[in-house]
Amino acid sequence: MSAEAERPILQARNIVKRFGRVTALDHADFDLLPNEILGVIGDNGAGKSTLIKVLAGAIIPDSGQVLLDGKPVHFRTPLDARAAGIETVYQDLALAPALTIADNLFLGREVRKGGPLGQWLRLLDRSAMQKQAREHLSALGLATIQNIKQQVETLSGGQRQGVAVARAAAFGSRVIIMDEPTAALGVKESRRVLELMLEIKRRGLPIILISHNMPHVFEVADRIHIHRLGRRIAVVNPRDYSMSDAVAIMTGAMEPPPMTEQQAA
Amino acid sequence: MTSTNATHGGGADYERVLPGRDDAVVFEEEKQSPLRRIQQFLHAYPTTIPFIVLLAGIVVFYLLVGSRFIAPFNLSLVLQQVTIIGTLGIAQTLIILTAGIDLSVGAIMLLSSIVMGRLAVKSGVPVELSFPLGLMAGMACGYVNGLLVTRLKLPPFIVTLGTWSIFGALVLFYSRSETLRQQDVEAVAAFLQWTGTAIPIGAARLTYGSILMILVAGLIWYVLNRTAFGRHIYATGDDPDAARLAGINTKRTLLAVYTIAGLICAIGGWVLIGRIGAVSPLSGQTANLDSITAVVIGGTSLFGGRGSIVGTLIGALIVGVFRNGLALAGLDALWQEFTVGVLIIVAVAIDQWIRRIAV
Repeated sequence: MSAEAERPILQARNIVKRFGRVTALDHADFDLLPNEILGVIGDNGAGKSTLIKVLAGAIIPDSGQVLLDGKPVHFRTPLDARAAGIETVYQDLALAPALTIADNLFLGREVRKGGPLGQWLRLLDRSAMQKQAREHLSALGLATIQNIKQQVETLSGGQRQGVAVARAAAFGSRVIIMDEPTAALGVKESRRVLELMLEIKRRGLPIILISHNMPHVFEVADRIHIHRLGRRIAVVNPRDYSMSDAVAIMTGAMEPPPMTEQQAA
Repeated sequence: MTSTNATHGGGADYERVLPGRDDAVVFEEEKQSPLRRIQQFLHAYPTTIPFIVLLAGIVVFYLLVGSRFIAPFNLSLVLQQVTIIGTLGIAQTLIILTAGIDLSVGAIMLLSSIVMGRLAVKSGVPVELSFPLGLMAGMACGYVNGLLVTRLKLPPFIVTLGTWSIFGALVLFYSRSETLRQQDVEAVAAFLQWTGTAIPIGAARLTYGSILMILVAGLIWYVLNRTAFGRHIYATGDDPDAARLAGINTKRTLLAVYTIAGLICAIGGWVLIGRIGAVSPLSGQTANLDSITAVVIGGTSLFGGRGSIVGTLIGALIVGVFRNGLALAGLDALWQEFTVGVLIIVAVAIDQWIRRIAV
């Protein structure tokens, strides 16, 4: 595999996180290669969301290391991770429903006008933001959303997910994390979101996809990270393993394949 | 779809039902009743209804009362009557946009006016100093509200219910329940009465207080609609979790909003002195609830995240027009209260209906 030659963009080594007497992460490792979609699967309580929160800066691990481009990073808040170029699309979308699409895309990183108007009067450059928002959406083939000044709550679930993905793609420079992006969507809309993920990958951004939906994971993922009992138990290629194999490994019904080449990265 | 037991091939059944469901979704989106379109229009332009109600009120009272109502002098009187409520309404709008409520706006206004007036008249502090100290007292009150809401995480309703009593008690303590007479204020601190000065425009009389209210409204409109801070206020009220995840410091935003609201209430205190000439601890008793009334009738949602300053000014004017018109029509004052009550309930009912657009 060509992946062997590539250095992982985001890594975690020996991550331990305990909540009281519960060990959520037990010396867990993680590797994301450049320009791949990495599926992350695991049973409920396996610790996969804790792992993702560590990578997104929402949880600080007790011990272990997170490396971005081979360099250790210490995220204290999600904002730290965001500043480092890691964007997360949260399951509950994290959009403000009464604000417009453009406002939501730029929420928390608004663009001000240049010159004294922006500096002294803090005047927003709305037309620039609307123009950029339109560009970001049409770059992902979301041009069907006509009016950028439309309030987000008037959009369908899939369109909202599209806006959230577009926001992540627009500002995420290194990694995009997607937490159950298709969980709340219908069949047609899920398809659209999966296409969006492939489009983002084509543009060169790696994606971490956390999902319970095996067909979706197997459809788009290049590699699948299987989490069990607080640690990475296997990384499989979806072309070599069937869905039922993956589920069997996930639940402990099947011996995981030996981890050699993937860990060497 | 009812005969699920008849078909055994689960996969085939699944495939067959699916396109039907998709069609149903499309069908629903294409067919829009006129009522639904009105709902969408109001959702996009929520200030429309208050505006129509204001115009309708003016027309109805013109028909009922005649030219006496529509006379420039009378209309300018309505504006003067709503200036204090309008100013407090601006502060209240900021807070309600964050999904909060401030029951202490009237008490903050009174405390600020007492500080300004008493320092100048009783303590001999020059008005150049007593005036900014009064404004700062208002800001401090707002800051305390903000601290209690953000640090102790208490509901704004409870916090401001408490501070309403506390600030109200401080008003009585510091003023010793006595009123500073108009002449005494005029002698040493005529500046405090400046907001009551009227510019005659024909028969109409426009006070500096009313102009000040409009300027404050314009400034806050600008902040809400044209600055990042304003967007953050809306986002914080609309969905605090989303705002936080988008990187907004919601606590700092809330603290700033309560403090600014306190400052605007203090400006309201200045307008109050201009309106009555004297400095009285017993004035503006109904201001708290009236400001909420103006905000609600103006179409701002009590659930936060939607509403506007323009709506609040129109809301205040609606209350003023109905009170004035009913009085001129010779009806008992109780019918003014009755009408305002009906307006509030109708306004909130319409807000609920418009908000239901979100599927």
